[in-house]
Amino acid sequence: MNQWKNFSKGFIKENPVFILLLGMCPTLGTTGSAINGLGMGLATTFVLVMSNLVISLIKNLIPDKVRIPAFIVVIATFVTIVQMVMQAYLPSLYESLGLFIPLIVVNCIVLGRAEAFASKNSIFSSIIDGVGIGLGFAFALTVLGSVRELLGSGKIFNLNVYPEQYGMLIFILAPGAFIALGFLIAIINRLNKSKA
Amino acid sequence: MAKLESSFKNMLISLFGVTFIASASLGLVNDITKTPIAEAEKAKKNNAIAAVLPGFDHLGETEKILPENCKDSLEIYPGVDKEGQVVGNAIKSYSYKGFSGYIEVMVGFDHEGTISGYKVLKHSETPGLGSKMGTWFSDIQKQNQTIIGKNPSKQNLTVSKDGGDIDGITAATITSRAFLESVNLAYNSLNKIYDGTTSATSQKGGQK
Repeated sequence: MNQWKNFSKGFIKENPVFILLLGMCPTLGTTGSAINGLGMGLATTFVLVMSNLVISLIKNLIPDKVRIPAFIVVIATFVTIVQMVMQAYLPSLYESLGLFIPLIVVNCIVLGRAEAFASKNSIFSSIIDGVGIGLGFAFALTVLGSVRELLGSGKIFNLNVYPEQYGMLIFILAPGAFIALGFLIAIINRLNKSKA
Repeated sequence: MAKLESSFKNMLISLFGVTFIASASLGLVNDITKTPIAEAEKAKKNNAIAAVLPGFDHLGETEKILPENCKDSLEIYPGVDKEGQVVGNAIKSYSYKGFSGYIEVMVGFDHEGTISGYKVLKHSETPGLGSKMGTWFSDIQKQNQTIIGKNPSKQNLTVSKDGGDIDGITAATITSRAFLESVNLAYNSLNKIYDGTTSATSQKGGQK
């Protein structure tokens, strides 16, 4: 099953956050809570799928020497669409993600997949690749967000697990993101090793 | 289809094509989302005013005032209840002195200048510390930290560290100072407009 492999690689073997360590800025910046991580991951997934689709569609019309500016324009267009739609219909999520939505443009995962995959493969496999990598990113951000929210404020998806005053504040703050990410990468590597 | 060669003409045409389609589609999306975005912002503003002014039904005539030595003007929204009576004024105030910069607060005052409520609209303070200002100053069970029901002409609304009557947020004094500064700024600006209609005109507890 080639397409299945293509899809599932984004979750484990080539997970953008845990294995490739790409896109660290939104990863560390937006995962203060599980819902923010999920929202950021899904917004990135949408941009990734749409830009992969369009880029593999027009890959033969773009001369090699101007491919990067053309890709960036395509990506920036979809990011702006996401931003406007989110502002119109999900204002509260838009507010909590704030600055990080426009920054999807320069997220190296999106340009990386456009350059490394979509510009060389068929439309269908590019979409599958975008969905796989995007959901892998959303999954990683949600896990990281849940861990930080649980340790930091005793909640997951705003549901109380234990009283907030016992939470370790540092996990909500930036240093906690590094610590939690480090431990998660260690766990994922251990799991991958025992499987191989 | 073979890949286009990187000749000058091809590059020009393909980049023009990509940017043209991109801007056309953005224009289209902008057209669709313009009204919902404006409505979402209006609803947010109305919710904030309703939260700080009890009995609020609809907006009166909005005014703007530029305080001395300040960059931006404040917006004053007189709140009107269902019978058409003015219940008080909500003021969108701000401070640039937060721990992470800009803070925007909606403060509601009744006719006497007593604070009926407030809502933090924008901030980027530290989560878990400065971000507590949304609830910290509204707990009327704790008289020494709430600002609700207090009148800036009678009480000195600065943090107790600076000799004021309000206990600042634990471990977030800078945020507390900035928050109270924006409240005082709102009160002083309101006073300037309605000089005489509010009971006090003293500048006590003003900006420091």
